[in-house]
Amino acid sequence: MALPSYTETRYRIWHYFYIAICTFVFFFLIAPLFVIFPLSFNAEEFLVFSEGMKRLDPDAFSFRWYHEMVYGTKNPWGLAAKNSFIIAIFATIGSIILGTLAALGLSSRHMPYKGLIMAVLISPMIVPLIISGVAIFFFMAKVGLAATHTGIVLAHIILGTPFVVITVTATLSGFDHSVTRAASSLGSNPVNTFMKITLPLILPGVISGGLFAFVTSFDEVVVVLFLAGLENTTIPVQMWTGLREQLSPTILAVATCLIILSTLILVTAELLRRRSERLRGINR
Amino acid sequence: MSSETKQILTTDGIPLEVSLKKAEKKNKIKAFLLVAPLLLFLFITYVFPIGEMFTRSVDDRMVTNMLPKTFKAMEKWDGKELPPEEVFVGFYSDFKVLVENQTQGKLGQRLNKEKNGFNSITKKLMRQIKRNKIDESQSIKEQIMKVHKRWRDVEYWQAIKRTAPPYTMAKYLKGMDMYFAADGSIAQVDEDRRIHRILWLRTLEIALFVTIFCFLMGYPIAHLLATLPMKYSNLLMICVLLPFWTSLLVRTASWMILLQQQGIVNDFFVLIGLVADNNRPEMMYNKVGTYVAMTQILLPFMVLPLYSVMKTISPSLMRAGKSLGGTPFVAFWKVYFPLTIPGIGAGCLLVFILAIGYYITPALVGGASGTLISNQIAYHMKSTLDWSFASAMGLMLLSGVLVIYWIYNKLVGVDNIKLG
Repeated sequence: MALPSYTETRYRIWHYFYIAICTFVFFFLIAPLFVIFPLSFNAEEFLVFSEGMKRLDPDAFSFRWYHEMVYGTKNPWGLAAKNSFIIAIFATIGSIILGTLAALGLSSRHMPYKGLIMAVLISPMIVPLIISGVAIFFFMAKVGLAATHTGIVLAHIILGTPFVVITVTATLSGFDHSVTRAASSLGSNPVNTFMKITLPLILPGVISGGLFAFVTSFDEVVVVLFLAGLENTTIPVQMWTGLREQLSPTILAVATCLIILSTLILVTAELLRRRSERLRGINR
Repeated sequence: MSSETKQILTTDGIPLEVSLKKAEKKNKIKAFLLVAPLLLFLFITYVFPIGEMFTRSVDDRMVTNMLPKTFKAMEKWDGKELPPEEVFVGFYSDFKVLVENQTQGKLGQRLNKEKNGFNSITKKLMRQIKRNKIDESQSIKEQIMKVHKRWRDVEYWQAIKRTAPPYTMAKYLKGMDMYFAADGSIAQVDEDRRIHRILWLRTLEIALFVTIFCFLMGYPIAHLLATLPMKYSNLLMICVLLPFWTSLLVRTASWMILLQQQGIVNDFFVLIGLVADNNRPEMMYNKVGTYVAMTQILLPFMVLPLYSVMKTISPSLMRAGKSLGGTPFVAFWKVYFPLTIPGIGAGCLLVFILAIGYYITPALVGGASGTLISNQIAYHMKSTLDWSFASAMGLMLLSGVLVIYWIYNKLVGVDNIKLG
């Protein structure tokens, strides 16, 4: 962003002001995440930087809270992590299957009432979570699925499918349908065509939609708070109770692990997006 | 002439037009069948339950089912003076059934909400019936009226009559701090008890300001990201995407650490001498906390749509504007800014929709003065267990959101939502 040498002073000032604003905003966005990191190694029980930490005294840092997180007595994190992963994995699989099928149908130019149906399919993403939570709770209570893993998985499929529908539809928008016609004309049956031709081409979109569904389920707390019993507790629910009641640094240890997880997911999603754009021939 | 034109036939002798229509229909069904599983699943588990929230919110059949004979007899009563003997007889026989089933307590509680004082007089009547003090061969009206003087008060009978319709809008009125007065007209709750209206206004206010803050902060960085060379912008994009992918609770937790009284933000204010060390301001558990945390959490939803629109604007347009004599400011205002309006619309509507239904962050950092309507809904779902009121408020919020969603769909189109 070097300025040309003929720039007037006032524009020069304005330019540096603009850079300063942008720096501030980027800092505002990213800095909060880095506060958690050092504090999770705090040797003391308080959520503030101790004097020792400010002096970078090695004794002020410890793995105490990570140890607590994994081996602590009566600690809920083990069960919560297991539940979170089981629920998120099944919800992701469900969302991918239902969402991909729907996206394939929606991308067909023969699809009637496309706009209306799309609006319904995306609605779980738009409707406030508290309302979805109330409605889903009423349904699950009626069919006897409240406080079960199945109930929570179904609820998370509802919340996850819009992401799969959006990403797969976007991938299909640049899809060259003549390749499937070529496959059919060469004697392939529809299922074979889908598995061998369509799926490999839309796979980046499917996976990135799946990642969104996974993160949505893994991070979802409002609906789970309505549905979950003690046995179905998840990581976000534990964090929620922890943040409301006893604010212990163990939460920060968990949060650090979650930040690392989300960084990994971000990198995967970015790589997939670029691969997808390359496959679809979009050069940016 | 046209009748003589030979119809074009396919090889199997069917007119081409018919054959094409058939193929078209087949394709339509095929496409629909692919969407059907998800659509069916959503309708059963999601759309119908939301509809059920509506029936739950207006449902007032309890009294209607408890006092069928009373309401039948009341149809002829004009409601101005004490009801005639038949109404009392009807009420007596209905009430006797309730006493036998031991459900008269529920009726008393429900009627007590309609008019204070019902609970004690139904209990009194119940005791009289249990002791067989009511002689059915004599006038029931006289005997019931003797049980308590309130049974002689026409207002209590009017209150019973008001509960006759199986459906009521009372919960919706309560959500707007209004209620049905004794004469059936709509009245306002006393000024010092109008809690819901404050909450609605506060929700709107916070959603609006969060949207404005997100716009003011998001526009410059989206512009920077769109104009920087790829290798720098990719790096900076991570600053936007990492919070986007990080758990909501993690981000809220970090704000709770930053904003606490002994937290880093306050440390910094003390360091630069903005506040005294012994007079650190409270920045959490009030509106400030809600504003700061929600703005940071929703900012990516503003930046991403803005960025995708700005990316498509050719830099040569700005150069053309400048070469035609515009100053950089004029070129920006007259050329660049109007082209970004679709992105502004998309980003602002998305942030506003998300902000208006926010629950987790306000509940954790908002305290009493920073909570929103969602928190009130959760409170009634979990604490007071007034599910029909929670449903009513939920649907009032939903109708607002759906209006914005409809506008969004008209302006942007839901299929244009960009993720990542």
